[in-house]
Amino acid sequence: MSSAAGKKTPLYQKHVRLGARMVPFGGWLMPVQYTSIVDEHQTVRNAVGIFDISHMGQFIVSGNGARDWLNAMLTNNVAKLDVGQGQYTFLLNDNGGVIDDLILYRIGEAEFLLVVNASKIEEDFAWLESHLKKERSRPGGLGAAASPCQLKNRSADFGGVAIQGPRVVDLFHDLLGQNVELPARNHVIDFVIAEMPVSIARTGYTGEDGVEVFFRASDAAKFWNLVLERGAKFGTKPCGLGARDTLRLEMCYPLNGSDLSADRNPIEAGLGFFVDLEKPNFTGREKSLETKTNGARERLIAFKMNGKGPPPRPHYSLFSGENRVGEISSGTLSPSLNIGIGMGYVSAASAKIGTPLEVEIRGQKFPATIEKKPLYKKQS
Amino acid sequence: MNVPEDLLYTKSHEWIRREGENIRVGITDHAQAELTDVVFVELPKVGASVEAKAPVAVVESVKAASDIYAPVKGTVVEANEALTNNPALINSDPFGEGWIFALKIDNADDLKNLQSAAAYKDQIET
Repeated sequence: MSSAAGKKTPLYQKHVRLGARMVPFGGWLMPVQYTSIVDEHQTVRNAVGIFDISHMGQFIVSGNGARDWLNAMLTNNVAKLDVGQGQYTFLLNDNGGVIDDLILYRIGEAEFLLVVNASKIEEDFAWLESHLKKERSRPGGLGAAASPCQLKNRSADFGGVAIQGPRVVDLFHDLLGQNVELPARNHVIDFVIAEMPVSIARTGYTGEDGVEVFFRASDAAKFWNLVLERGAKFGTKPCGLGARDTLRLEMCYPLNGSDLSADRNPIEAGLGFFVDLEKPNFTGREKSLETKTNGARERLIAFKMNGKGPPPRPHYSLFSGENRVGEISSGTLSPSLNIGIGMGYVSAASAKIGTPLEVEIRGQKFPATIEKKPLYKKQS
Repeated sequence: MNVPEDLLYTKSHEWIRREGENIRVGITDHAQAELTDVVFVELPKVGASVEAKAPVAVVESVKAASDIYAPVKGTVVEANEALTNNPALINSDPFGEGWIFALKIDNADDLKNLQSAAAYKDQIET
């Protein structure tokens, strides 16, 4: 692996010292695994895993016009957010295609935090900035005099980790004290841990209970060490992008660039829940409404292989009988289910749950079935 | 990293054990560590004629599918069926139970094109 292939997070040295295999991802050098993807996957399903997410971007939007401006830029309804609450949302292009999927937190009365994908930091920021400029100069727009909002890219200032798994509450009670309550699902609260100011958000990308924690980049190594040290008794282990991918795919959470792209809209991806068409105006609304009204031509489905066989992978063709009906966008062997799983876009006529499909792998066809999302459900 | 002295090696990380007129082939300890958890192996058909450096098997980990190449020209005489139910044998015992196939070789001179343990060690350490 060439080290010229990517930027390094503040935890890079930690990963190398732990023996991680480093790979380029979204312009960054990230750990794909420390020991084994399957082990790390099971650690998150059964104990606690800690992932470096410092590569992700953080933008701050603040000012009296922030809420209304963000509501015009993003698909979900910003007006529904209380202070301390977050929501999953999309940044769309003019054709309704996905530029990025992100989490928006309202961190003050008129202050918002956007957590965006690593590979999209520059593109998202340029898009938002160009629209803010347009807004300032538009007659009757927010205007420079009418408290326009400020947009700042703070990505380099923050490090972050995702801490995920059924024992995460035990771990944080140990760190914060038994009586301290963690934020509710999709909420964020600021704490101080070992003199480090941190923002803890109850969210994740694994399907397990968990948090994402953001801190000053200069505190990253200290926080990482603290969690591994204090978390050892709860089975906490470092986990890489490999396990992050198998965990999120079992839950059918989309990965931008694979399951989402600039020429697909969230309605086709089955994520209309996060697109508020009641809002009178936001970028990409027309196309989203049109797709919703007329029905999508293709839809993102989840499938399971019917039996043992080679794992399904991105770009393999999907067949219904003799007809090629689409292709796989994400696929892997599910460590929890021990069978091949995936998602892919198929023509709407072949997208019903229960539809038999065939996956073409090296010229041979293997049977699969369209399943309800998520593919993995926690046994309780 | 384990590199047994008595085997021959390819640049593409297969090991070769000479067994009279046949050779037994698998992937090295280094290769299995790079691939990580092997979850599926597609074996060659017994009786198939294969050219040197032709892809004859596929080893799949969670992340990727990797072709396995015939080290020399020959005919497949055995495929390790145990890998069908237990592909992880490649990880746990790459030079033993994790062998992938055996070839009857056309020409023993072809083995001269393969590298020694020392040369392979150099390859993976640089």
